[in-house]
Amino acid sequence: MFAYVVKRLISGVLVVALVSMAIFLLFWYGPSSPAQTVCDRETSNRCGDRIEIYERTLGYDNPVYEEYGKFVKGVFVGRTITVASNEYECTAPCLGLSFVTKQPVKEALVDRIPATFSVAIGGAFLYLLFGIPIGVAAARRRGTLTDKALVSSFLFISSIPYYLFALLTWLYLTITFEIPFFSNTGYFSPITEGPWAWFSGLFLAWVALGIFGCTQYTRFTRGAMVEALSEDYIRTAKSKGLPTRTIVYKHGLRAALVPVVTIFGIDFGTLLAGTIFTERIFEIQGIGWWSLQAVQNRDLPVVMATALFSAVVLIISNLLVDIVYSVLDPRVRLS
Amino acid sequence: MTSVPMTQSAVSEGSASEGPLLVVEDLKVTFPTEDGPVTAVSGLSYSVERGKTLGIVGESGSGKSVSSMAVMGLHDAKSAQISGSIRVGGTEVVGLGESKMRALRGNSMAMIFQDALAALHPFYKIGKQLEEAYLVHHSSASKRDARRKAIEMLDRVGIPQPDRRVDDYPHQFSGGMRQRAMIAMGLINDPSLLIADEPTTALDVTVQAQILDLLQDLQREFNSAVIIITHDLGVIAEMADDVLVMYAGRCVEYGTVKQILTAPEMPYTWGLLSSVPDVLASTDARLIPIPGNPPSLLRPPSGCSFHPRCVHSDKVPGDLCRTELPPLLPASVGAAHLRRCHLADPSAVYQSEVLPEIAPDLVEETR
Repeated sequence: MFAYVVKRLISGVLVVALVSMAIFLLFWYGPSSPAQTVCDRETSNRCGDRIEIYERTLGYDNPVYEEYGKFVKGVFVGRTITVASNEYECTAPCLGLSFVTKQPVKEALVDRIPATFSVAIGGAFLYLLFGIPIGVAAARRRGTLTDKALVSSFLFISSIPYYLFALLTWLYLTITFEIPFFSNTGYFSPITEGPWAWFSGLFLAWVALGIFGCTQYTRFTRGAMVEALSEDYIRTAKSKGLPTRTIVYKHGLRAALVPVVTIFGIDFGTLLAGTIFTERIFEIQGIGWWSLQAVQNRDLPVVMATALFSAVVLIISNLLVDIVYSVLDPRVRLS
Repeated sequence: MTSVPMTQSAVSEGSASEGPLLVVEDLKVTFPTEDGPVTAVSGLSYSVERGKTLGIVGESGSGKSVSSMAVMGLHDAKSAQISGSIRVGGTEVVGLGESKMRALRGNSMAMIFQDALAALHPFYKIGKQLEEAYLVHHSSASKRDARRKAIEMLDRVGIPQPDRRVDDYPHQFSGGMRQRAMIAMGLINDPSLLIADEPTTALDVTVQAQILDLLQDLQREFNSAVIIITHDLGVIAEMADDVLVMYAGRCVEYGTVKQILTAPEMPYTWGLLSSVPDVLASTDARLIPIPGNPPSLLRPPSGCSFHPRCVHSDKVPGDLCRTELPPLLPASVGAAHLRRCHLADPSAVYQSEVLPEIAPDLVEETR
C-alpha cells in the first residue's frame, strides 16, 4: 500500500510537470502575445512601439526554455522578479506576479481557495444529503409510479446543461420571484468575517449545485442500490431474520455506496479544483472565477497557478478515491 | 384436485409438537407479471418430520426453490401471491405478520443457498456475518458471546483454525469452506428446519461428498428436519428419506427414496433416472435425455403438464393426457407412494420398457 501511494505520487509529480510545460508552450506560441493585452490596457490602446518594453518586462524576448527554467527555479528555490525597476523577492514556491495586478500569485491563490472550497463542500454536502436517501427510496420502490416520476423528472433536470440550469436558478430565484433570502446572495465573504454573511452569500450557489448534483446522485444511488438489493446476499440477510432496515442499509447500501463513493471522489475533486460556471454566475471570486478571468487577460502566471492547482487537486483526489475504494471493498488490494 | 399425504390426519388429531415439524398443504404461489399471472407452484403438499430428510427434485423452473422460499417467507409480499397452508412447528406461516415471520426466520428455520460466494456479503468478515445471525435472535447476548459462538460453529463445520479464519472475508475462503461457513451460519441458532437449496451444485465432486457428509452429521446432532433441493439424483440417493418430484410447479411423484429410485411410476421420474450417468454401469447402459424443454409457466400445457414431452402418452386411451390433469393417486406399489399419471399400470411399463434401456443389469437380476 505504501509503495503504491509513493508510486502514484511520483507519477502525479510527472503529470504536474507535463501540465506546466504544456501550458507554458501553449501560451508562448499562442495567437496573441500576452504583452499585447497588457500593453493595450496600460496605455489605453495606444501601445504601438511600446510593445517591446512590455515584451522585455514580461520576458517574452527570451527563448521559451529560459523563461520556463526561471519559472521552475522559482517554484523550487524562489527568485527575484523585477517589475518597472522595483525588485520583488519571491520565495519558494514562487508562482510569479500577475501580469495584470502585479501582485504575487501565490498569495492571491491562497486568498481564493476558501471561496472555492466553501462552494464545493456546501454543494457536495447538499447533493449527497438529498441524492443518496432519495436514490435509496426510489430503489426500494422501483417500478412504482413514484419511482418512475422521480427518475424521469430528475433525468430531465440533469439533461439541462449545468451553466443554463445555474443561470436559470439565479434568474428565477433572485430577479423574477425576488425571494427575499435569495435576493441578497451571490457574493463571497470568508467565514471568519461572520458565518451568517458567509452562509447567505453562498446559499444560492449551493442550492444550484446541490439540486443539480442531487439529480445525478439520486440516479447513481438508485442504480447501484437496485443492483445491490437483487444480490443473493440480500436474500441471505433476509433469511437470517434481520429487520428490513438492517437489510436495506447495512447490507444493501453498504454495497451500493462503493460505486457512488468512487464517482463522488472524482466529482468532488473536480469541484475543489474550481467551479467555473458556479463561481462565474454567482459572482464568487474563487479559483474558477479567477482562472476564467486570467485566460481572458492572457495572465500567464495566474493561468499557470490555477491549472497547476487543479492538476494537484485532481491527482490527490484520484489517489484518495483509490485508497478509499480499497478500504470499502476488501476484495480490492492496491499494488 | 390434490390429495394430501397420509401424514395430514396425524397432525390434525395429535398436538403440533408430535406431528411432522413442517406441513405444507395445497400450496400455491403466483407471481403477477406484465404478461399475466405465472403460477410457479400449485397444489403442493408435503410434510417433514424431525430427523428426516425430504429431497425435492426437478428441473430448473419446476418450482423447487420457489416453494421453499415460500416456507421461509422470502417472497416479496408485493410480487407474490401465496395461498394454501404452511405450518412450521404448528405455526401457520402463510399470512403471518412480518415481525413474527422474522422471529422464525434464521431461528427455527434456516436456509442455505447454492452459490456461497454470492450468498455471503463480500464486504463483511465471515465471523461478523455469523455473529449477526446469532445476535438478531439472541438480543441479550454480548458481542463476545456471539464471536465465541461463531468460532464454535466454524469449528463444528470443520473449518481449520476457526479462531483465525473467523476474521477472513468470504473471498479468502475456498469454495467448499464458504459452503461450510454458510452451513455454520444456517445452523448457528439450532434451527429445527433446515432448507438446503442445491448446497453442492457449485462445488467439485470430492467437496460435494464432504459437504453432504457434514450435513448428515449435523442433522443427526441437531435432530433437525432437512429439505434438500437438488436436481442431482445422486444427492437424493445419499441424503433423502422421502422424495418429492416436481414438474411445472406440481408434485408429480412422492414417496420414500427406495420407492422413487427403484419403482418410479411417473414417466418424468423415469426420464430423470435415465439421464443419470452411472460410473459403474456397463457400457451398454444408455443415457436417455428427456426430449424437449421445460414448459412455460405462463402458458402451461393443458392436461398433464408433462404430456408434450412424454413418450408414453400414446398408451393412455383417448386424449386424456392432453385434456385432463391426472390426480395425485396412490401408486400400485408401496404405501404412501403417490404419483400423478394416467397410465393404467405404470410399473409394468417401467419394468418392460424403461428399465431394460437404462439398467440392463437390473433387469437380469429381477428375472
